[in-house]
Amino acid sequence: MRNHFDVIIIGAGPSGLSAAARASEQKLPYLLLEASEAAANTIRNYQRRKLVMSEPRGLPLRSALPFSASLRESVLNAWEHVIDDYKINIQYNAKVVAITRDANNAEQNYLNVELSNGDRFSASHVVLAIGVQGNLRKLEIPGGDLPQVQYQLDDPEAYQNETIVVIGGGDTGVENALALTGRNQVIILNRAEDFSNCKESNLTQLTEARQRGALDWLLETRPQSIEINNKGEFPVTLFASTPQGVERIPCHRIIARLGALPSRPLLESFGVAFPTEDAAALPVLSSRYESNVPGLYIIGALAGYPLIKQGINQGYEVIEHILGNPVEAADTALLRDKFANFCSDRGVEDVLDKIQRCVPLLRLLNSLQLRELILESNILLPAPGDIIFNRNDYSTSFFFVIEGELEMHIDDDGTIDDTFKGGEFFGEMGLLSGRRRIATIKATTHSALIETPRRVILKLINSVKAMRRSLDEVAIKRIVHACIGLSLSEDDLNDLASNAIIKQYAAGEELFHEGDEADGLYLIRRGSVTVSRMMTGREVVLFYVAAGNYVGEMSLISGEPRYATVRAAIATEAILIDVGRMQGIIARNPEVRASLDARYLQHLQEQEKRQQSETSSDNGSGNFSNKSTQSSLISFLIQQGVGEATDVLLIDESLCVRCNHCEQACADTHGGATRLDRDTGPIYANIRVPTSCRHCEHPHCMKDCPPDAIHRAPHGEVYIDDSCIGCGNCQQNCPYDVIQMAVIQEQPEQSLWQMLLGIQPKQVASTNNTKVAVKCDMCKDIADGPVCVRACPVGAALRVNPEELLGYASNNSAEEQFLLGVDDA
Amino acid sequence: MQQSNMFDYKNYRYFKIAVVVILMAFAAFLLFEPAVGHYGGSVLGYTLGVISALMVLWMTWYGIRKRRYRGSGATQGWLSAHIYLGTALTVIVTLHSGFNFGFNIHTLAYVLLLIVVASGFFGNYTYMIYPRKMTENMGEDSLDGLLLRIAEADKLARKIALLMPDEINDTVLKACQETSIGISIIDQLSGFQANCPSTRAVQELTILGKDLPVEQRKLYRELYSIMVRRESLVKRARQDLMYRARLGIWLYLHVPFTVGLLVAMVAHIIAVFIYW
Repeated sequence: MRNHFDVIIIGAGPSGLSAAARASEQKLPYLLLEASEAAANTIRNYQRRKLVMSEPRGLPLRSALPFSASLRESVLNAWEHVIDDYKINIQYNAKVVAITRDANNAEQNYLNVELSNGDRFSASHVVLAIGVQGNLRKLEIPGGDLPQVQYQLDDPEAYQNETIVVIGGGDTGVENALALTGRNQVIILNRAEDFSNCKESNLTQLTEARQRGALDWLLETRPQSIEINNKGEFPVTLFASTPQGVERIPCHRIIARLGALPSRPLLESFGVAFPTEDAAALPVLSSRYESNVPGLYIIGALAGYPLIKQGINQGYEVIEHILGNPVEAADTALLRDKFANFCSDRGVEDVLDKIQRCVPLLRLLNSLQLRELILESNILLPAPGDIIFNRNDYSTSFFFVIEGELEMHIDDDGTIDDTFKGGEFFGEMGLLSGRRRIATIKATTHSALIETPRRVILKLINSVKAMRRSLDEVAIKRIVHACIGLSLSEDDLNDLASNAIIKQYAAGEELFHEGDEADGLYLIRRGSVTVSRMMTGREVVLFYVAAGNYVGEMSLISGEPRYATVRAAIATEAILIDVGRMQGIIARNPEVRASLDARYLQHLQEQEKRQQSETSSDNGSGNFSNKSTQSSLISFLIQQGVGEATDVLLIDESLCVRCNHCEQACADTHGGATRLDRDTGPIYANIRVPTSCRHCEHPHCMKDCPPDAIHRAPHGEVYIDDSCIGCGNCQQNCPYDVIQMAVIQEQPEQSLWQMLLGIQPKQVASTNNTKVAVKCDMCKDIADGPVCVRACPVGAALRVNPEELLGYASNNSAEEQFLLGVDDA
Repeated sequence: MQQSNMFDYKNYRYFKIAVVVILMAFAAFLLFEPAVGHYGGSVLGYTLGVISALMVLWMTWYGIRKRRYRGSGATQGWLSAHIYLGTALTVIVTLHSGFNFGFNIHTLAYVLLLIVVASGFFGNYTYMIYPRKMTENMGEDSLDGLLLRIAEADKLARKIALLMPDEINDTVLKACQETSIGISIIDQLSGFQANCPSTRAVQELTILGKDLPVEQRKLYRELYSIMVRRESLVKRARQDLMYRARLGIWLYLHVPFTVGLLVAMVAHIIAVFIYW
């Protein structure tokens, strides 16, 4: 058996297989090492018949290894064929423990690869494609290696009537546990005190399952040891330490889903360098995927490309690089298209370089991340006077300025409130608040911008900590600037921004309580809050304050304790500026003082009015029902999640004659499936909140959409486009149950004769019978607006946004709107 | 909530228009009096007649318009106009007739029109009264949900009743089998079943429970509470059906009489032209 190869590929996943196939095509002597007993281990460990996605869809596949979105089984089958057809030189059960370069022989131009069984190979090039899932964390406790303990779940159907303990409160553990319920007794062990790391849909299902009694969980519990039982029903017993002491759990099977071991220590033992201390950091790689160790290449998930298709392409590319063939990355052609109108005379690498030089924030990304960002973004080249977005638009994309100058107008008075130059960015407020744009942005000169979708930016700031920090710094400065006053000096702004504290609140949590000592000013940058006071023995909601405004100025001005309780209506993020600093600012800036004072007086007046009406309501019976229901109606609607809505359908049940024309009209104009359910939903004071989309500020449905089919239109409509694959994630993620799966079938219009004679028009035979997710799109493509409202003969159906609710409640919408700082109407 | 209904739509726009239309018709009626007195065949009579006929057609079109969802505009405005202009129509048609009534096709058309408008008024009345009552009765429940709960209560009650003395079992069985909820249209409109077996069962159970042995009392109390709950569910379901029936019944007058009116109106017009 030969011991030296040109290339040794480690890991027979998609990337490794692809590299081996290419090496085989190029007749390059190679060896593929796989630690387990079969190729594509991670995919093999997917649950049976799981759909394997092939994102990103636009990326072309360039490899001998075939791949398209299909079932786990067919993907594996196709790859088995490649292994056979290409006679891939693969060695199974070959776990690599060390990769070294012989230190004694500096001239030596090859790497030594050592296996756990003692075998040694050498190669001129080593391609590391082991992914991040291969190295599963095992239970390091006595009995962790018993046959009853498994670290993956292939087919949940295979187990019946067993008591199974699932260890691990992450998504995989929870998903496994849920899949086992119904036929088995399932207990989840979670060492944390809750399941807050889980996806929301998993959490909901888990809670439901527990309520049904389908499973149970033990929190803050760690396994201690596992022992074999020689007699009795249960083959093993798990001993676990709980807050109440050690618990014995006899069971049939233990499934431990503890995640994967971080690959960094392993890579570091090979000599690979990392740019930062961050445990999640990616290794330093050249554009040819070569690490700092000459001849050691890293591709696939390990290099930061978690998607299968990317890995497959890299397998191909890395072999070409090793052979010294010029090959451009698969995405280069796509990037060239992006740059078709921008510096088209320069090479793609050159343009990317220029972008990074111009925009400091993008320098924090490595070249791979930058490429991905650009691929998902648009390059805009506005001419002077072009509008990027208008005030009150609902768009959530984020903009980097490469070059040129733009101006911001907060109101229509024609004055420029701010300017943006090359290297700066804007759009972060819409990104964070999910609300309408607060200003219009117009190009002053010919400019070049990168428009990046919200989803991409959020993913980036979550993975690149430094980017989040610098973005936050600027964002805080801007919101302070916008909220408190445009007249603050740069020094004051910097001082405020660097000392501000970002605070997060869950729905219903108090920012501060009536009677508390004032701790500062709260700028709401995401979510919304209600301001309420105890009046005549009950809590009365006075105001609803949305993101982009502030609360807490009253005590700041008067120096007295808090006048009211401020509570988060939905998950809310606020920036707290402490009392001392704020008072310093007020003392130095008469303008800030004046604007705070004005608001203070307005609030005081409004409160006085409210107080009066509430007190008088106790005496006058007619007034009572009116005022008090209006105040509690707001509380009710906020409880129903209307606080995070941007547009919600309400039905006045005292007018509704139950004719159902709203539903019929919706179905007729939307492919036969109505997107509202008039008959269900909570009622308060004759107002029903029917089951229908509220077009949330931060739509829950958008969170986890594999084909990215859910969008927000400029006027705020959240809609699902044709690329829906029917996976049902959005349906599960929607807390309001307004998304359903249905076959969309264009409804033929009934002619007059058919209507008079009661004939149903003939349905065109549908070509596509797959169910897709359907939800309200607020009739964005229909000229006169929502048909549900227009079809209602008695005017019982109405659509409102939360700001308008207060208008209804106080009968004085103009003043209210002013108080809320909402002057868009 | 300040929500405009079909009456005060756009600040009573169509009410104002209807008033203007009526005033104009009266003014014309007073100004242009033919020498022989008012009659349908005068210039004014013809003008008012043509206007009325067009208005009748337009009113009828509303029934089609509200089911055509792809049009523009709001149905609410159409309904508001339909109500007010329909009311104004009776005045115009009366003026058109010049108060000449007889036992003929012309007066038949007039009477049919009045019936249609009157049924419409009744419809308005039900629309104002019943929606609120329906909500009070049902709250957040749906009729299907109620029926499902009644069926569940039936099953449970019958299971428990099997363990009880025969009289109790018979009463429960009878209540479960003979209770009817809105079978006929009369039942639906009235909203109750004469001698309702469910109500009777509760009454009888009250008496029958008195001499039960101690060991059955716990079970009996459970059965009793199920039957009481069941009775209130049955009543609510009937009530809901009653409101639905009453909200819908007037259309069974309004629409057929509209068809009759159209036929009579065509006959009236043809007759006028033949005997010109």
